[in-house]
Amino acid sequence: MNASLSVVEGGSTAVGSPPLKASLRRAERRKRRGAILLTLPLLGYLGVLFLVPLAGMVWLSVANTAVPDYMPRTVAALAHWQPTGLPPEAAYASVASDLQIAFRKHTFGRIAKRLNQEVPGTFGLINKTTFRTAHLKLQKSWKAALEAIDPAWGTLPIWRLLKRESSPVTADFYVAALDMQYGPKGHLMRVPAYSRIYIPLFIRTAWMSVLITLLTLMLGYPLAYWISRMPERRANVMMIAVLLPFWTSLLVRITAWIVLLQSHGVINSLLVNSGLVASNARPQLMNNSLGTVTVMTQVLLPFMVLPLYSVMRGIPDYYMRAGVSLGAHPWRAFWRVFAPLTLPGVGAGALLVFILAIGYYITPELVGGQTGQFISNRIAFNVQQSLNWGLAAALGTILTTVTLAFFALYSLISGTGRVSIG
Amino acid sequence: MSMSDRISDEGAFPVTRRDLLALGAATAGLVSLSALGTLVGPRMAQAATPTIDLTSWGGAYQMSQINAYEKPYTKKTGITFNNIEKSANGPALLTAQEQSGNVNWDIVDMLQSPAFRLYDQGLLQEIDFDRDLDPAPDGTPAAQDFVEGSLSGDGRSGGYVSTISYSTLFAYNKTAFGMDEAPKTIADVFDVKKFPGMRALEKIPAGNLEWALYADGVAIDKIYDELKTPDGATRAFKKLDALKPHAIWWSQGAQPPQMLAQKQATIASAFNGRIFNAIAADSQPFEFIWDGGLYEWDGWVVPAGLAKERLGQAMKFLRFSTSTKSLVDQARYIAYSPARKSSFKEMANLTYYKNSDIHMMQYMPTSPEHLKVAIPKSVSFWSNYGPQLSQRFSAWLSA
Repeated sequence: MNASLSVVEGGSTAVGSPPLKASLRRAERRKRRGAILLTLPLLGYLGVLFLVPLAGMVWLSVANTAVPDYMPRTVAALAHWQPTGLPPEAAYASVASDLQIAFRKHTFGRIAKRLNQEVPGTFGLINKTTFRTAHLKLQKSWKAALEAIDPAWGTLPIWRLLKRESSPVTADFYVAALDMQYGPKGHLMRVPAYSRIYIPLFIRTAWMSVLITLLTLMLGYPLAYWISRMPERRANVMMIAVLLPFWTSLLVRITAWIVLLQSHGVINSLLVNSGLVASNARPQLMNNSLGTVTVMTQVLLPFMVLPLYSVMRGIPDYYMRAGVSLGAHPWRAFWRVFAPLTLPGVGAGALLVFILAIGYYITPELVGGQTGQFISNRIAFNVQQSLNWGLAAALGTILTTVTLAFFALYSLISGTGRVSIG
Repeated sequence: MSMSDRISDEGAFPVTRRDLLALGAATAGLVSLSALGTLVGPRMAQAATPTIDLTSWGGAYQMSQINAYEKPYTKKTGITFNNIEKSANGPALLTAQEQSGNVNWDIVDMLQSPAFRLYDQGLLQEIDFDRDLDPAPDGTPAAQDFVEGSLSGDGRSGGYVSTISYSTLFAYNKTAFGMDEAPKTIADVFDVKKFPGMRALEKIPAGNLEWALYADGVAIDKIYDELKTPDGATRAFKKLDALKPHAIWWSQGAQPPQMLAQKQATIASAFNGRIFNAIAADSQPFEFIWDGGLYEWDGWVVPAGLAKERLGQAMKFLRFSTSTKSLVDQARYIAYSPARKSSFKEMANLTYYKNSDIHMMQYMPTSPEHLKVAIPKSVSFWSNYGPQLSQRFSAWLSA
């Protein structure tokens, strides 16, 4: 502000005196440099704790190191092979010598694990072949030797797989993340209907997040309006009431909900004791999508109320009064005058809640049962249980991209200037 | 100059802004130093009195290890233990530790199948069974003393030593059924007309799919051959379809006994040790269905790449804790079968540590009687088809 003012002054008073102009520019440059220096720690923090892990995740989702690292001879032997007929003897010999080395270095498990992620059953094939070739001397025909160990070596699929996995970068994890697989001839196809899981989960995560966002808006809007019209002191007390659960540990809040919602919990007991429902017909309030929606709506409510409140607080009472005094019904005045002014708050709150909801993990995990799971629960499963980090990274990258896309879409529709958080 | 002037002049608390800043910096420094201390501390302490960082499953199981292995070992050697309860995510965490180049566990309790996978990836210390483990009291070398299938690879050396086997099997609440019409077989479990009530099932494919085929008439030794084929898996899921409306799902071992006790389910699949605990310690009216009990091995691994001293400590403890006597001792605390034949021989009169009327032998998942109707869980099958079936199972569950 200061700087720009002085530039204007300098421009108007000292026309034709370059030294002053230059020195002003220098001063401004110095200031800007100072400002950038001050933000360096923040930029460093962002870089180290945000961008680097994010880049790591993206890399993990395409990295394919097992075969290139541990079967280099096979990779070289298959470089010019076309997957129309079986590969030459040299390829068989390369597989044998790669596996012999992998056996000594104890790395064959990494090959087996990676290949098995693509084609179930390959784990056993690689292990068996490794153990049986480990102590074989030089063979006249490695082809015959490998086929004797397992006839699969005399068929095309395993060679196609090895060829496909020869590349140090792969789209395989994205293929799996989109419920697709490679068919027997190497073409892409959808997995059988009974195994499709990720696309339905992405869709469910998205629509349930939209639902939760709408619910927090329906609950949060009147609440924020009510508080914003209070005298300051009372409004502050009410804001503390809104923020108190916000400061409580998430796990504690979820546990409290479990106490309320479980089949022998507070709500069901009240219903049964008051005779509204029979004891053997207790409604299932949690361990399903209802549980996820209920609890997440409460957990995320403050994120909706805070931006709404801060926007509403800035709208003077007399705007509405002016509308009414010009003859509008209070409802009309509200919709035509007040509501449009709160749109930036609605946008910010909705965006905040939606983006938080779409990546939620712990609440669906604890109260979501089967039908209330989100995509993050499946990511966690792939990180912790099935140890398929490439797939987890691909799912994470897709989720991040989708979130960014929603953000971009929103900015496009509303114009970035109108989003104000807090 | 009065006294009070002097005080105000020199100031009892001459706090300037610069002092405050310095104080802040010093506090921050102290905090970060002490944080550093917690990181470095255990390693430094280890140099003085060795401590073994031992990772296991927590709960009654880790208690049995503390009582049977750790306490006698501390008494004998003075070496203490840092007990970590992270085995549930053991394979993932150990993989992550290896990738970050900072392995901080000395010995880890792990199921057999993930242990095999980690061994094949070079993440585990090689154990020579006859050299690194004690022979049986009668002199039988360790490799012959361990029950068949409980060691690994070629039977001479590997990355994993079993200590116990446990079983996932069905149990029921006796008050739910009449005395004469109690469920006795897996087929009964799937018969919701004859045996009404909810079934509590574990939220993983392993077990449920085997039982579905077994209940559908597949012989025990043909189950995995059948399950390998897409048609066989479809057959298993079809059988499970009939049970789905009557199923509630559990994910933690503590849940099924609770579900049975609170009558949320009349029949539940559960870990045999948990049901034993409910019967023996909490006097719950539960009964086992030994038919189709799915047993698997669990035991020790030592991470590869430990420093020489730590490796030595871990290997000494491995030898101690897998001795015939240690394994027998453990069976007094928990109803899991010892992995050594010689330990089994000494169990005839072994009783529960809290109640000498309870003979442990009748609760052992691999006692000769129970072994006849048990399904040995196939490590290689689940290594090969686990990821695929688990995806199909999840899709089936949420459909």
